Amino acid sequence: MWIYEKKLEYPVKIKKPNPKMAKYIITQYGGPDGELAASLRYLSQRFSMVTPQAKAVLNDIGTEELAHLEIVGTMVRQLIENASIDEIKAADLGSYYADHDKAIYPLSASGVPFTAAYIQSKGDPITDLHENMAAEEKARSTYEWLINLADDPDVIDPLRFLREREIVHFQRFGEALRIVQEYLDSQKCFPVVKTPDMMHMPHMPIKAGANNKK
Amino acid sequence: MYSNKPSMHPDRQDILNKLMALDFVAVDLQLYLDTHPYDRNALMNYNSVVCQAQMLRQAYENMYGPLFSFRSASRYPWQWINEPWPWQYQFNFRIPGEEL
Repeated sequence: MWIYEKKLEYPVKIKKPNPKMAKYIITQYGGPDGELAASLRYLSQRFSMVTPQAKAVLNDIGTEELAHLEIVGTMVRQLIENASIDEIKAADLGSYYADHDKAIYPLSASGVPFTAAYIQSKGDPITDLHENMAAEEKARSTYEWLINLADDPDVIDPLRFLREREIVHFQRFGEALRIVQEYLDSQKCFPVVKTPDMMHMPHMPIKAGANNKK
Repeated sequence: MYSNKPSMHPDRQDILNKLMALDFVAVDLQLYLDTHPYDRNALMNYNSVVCQAQMLRQAYENMYGPLFSFRSASRYPWQWINEPWPWQYQFNFRIPGEEL
């Protein structure tokens, strides 16, 4: 289960409204490389992960991503809360306003609503850990592009914090991958892959036209 | 507008800032220990930080009310609903010495 603690992981104090920046930053709330996708990905994958270390990494990074989701939502809200209708229209945020007022809704910078299709939970620990390392790098890149788009130090500061966390998470997933690879090598067997029955029974002749039988 | 709402007392911001800093170190060390469970030095640091944060957390809760949902006791009336919430401008502060 989870316990809520009534504080942010990193403070967000944005004085100046900037709905244009809100429109970009919301992609880390509900976009393809955002924090919601990250936390759902890791918290779902942990059920089928192997080794105590890798399970802990998925559980704990998945939990930290929820704290990052809260930071990003806080940033977007503070950037639009005091924006005027004219500023919202000028920032091309009028269509968002029509659907959500100044509420926080998970979608990407280009307006695509959040979808679970952004994530994978494959059941193969090596596959999942590679996906996660890529996901951390994609999120790091996104934070860098967002920092390039920003000019307000109040906005840049928490973005820099979030970018640094992606680097740490990438490092931890890399270590988890090495631990899992060593564990699987030590098992001296490979995961069983289901193959067509005939591959296990080479003595059985393949009947011509067998597939046509009703 | 933000200016119409009271900011948190500077003392509260100060203790919150220190608590957030300690908890951040604990979060980071926890992730490190997940993949380095035999690093005795990191484990000592982690235990020390958790202990310091626990004392500060207790002091904060005594003065400013519950930090945890369903883990913190409350004075009468129920203090959990007290504003500000963490996502509000009034709750937050700029980290001293972090000017860009």
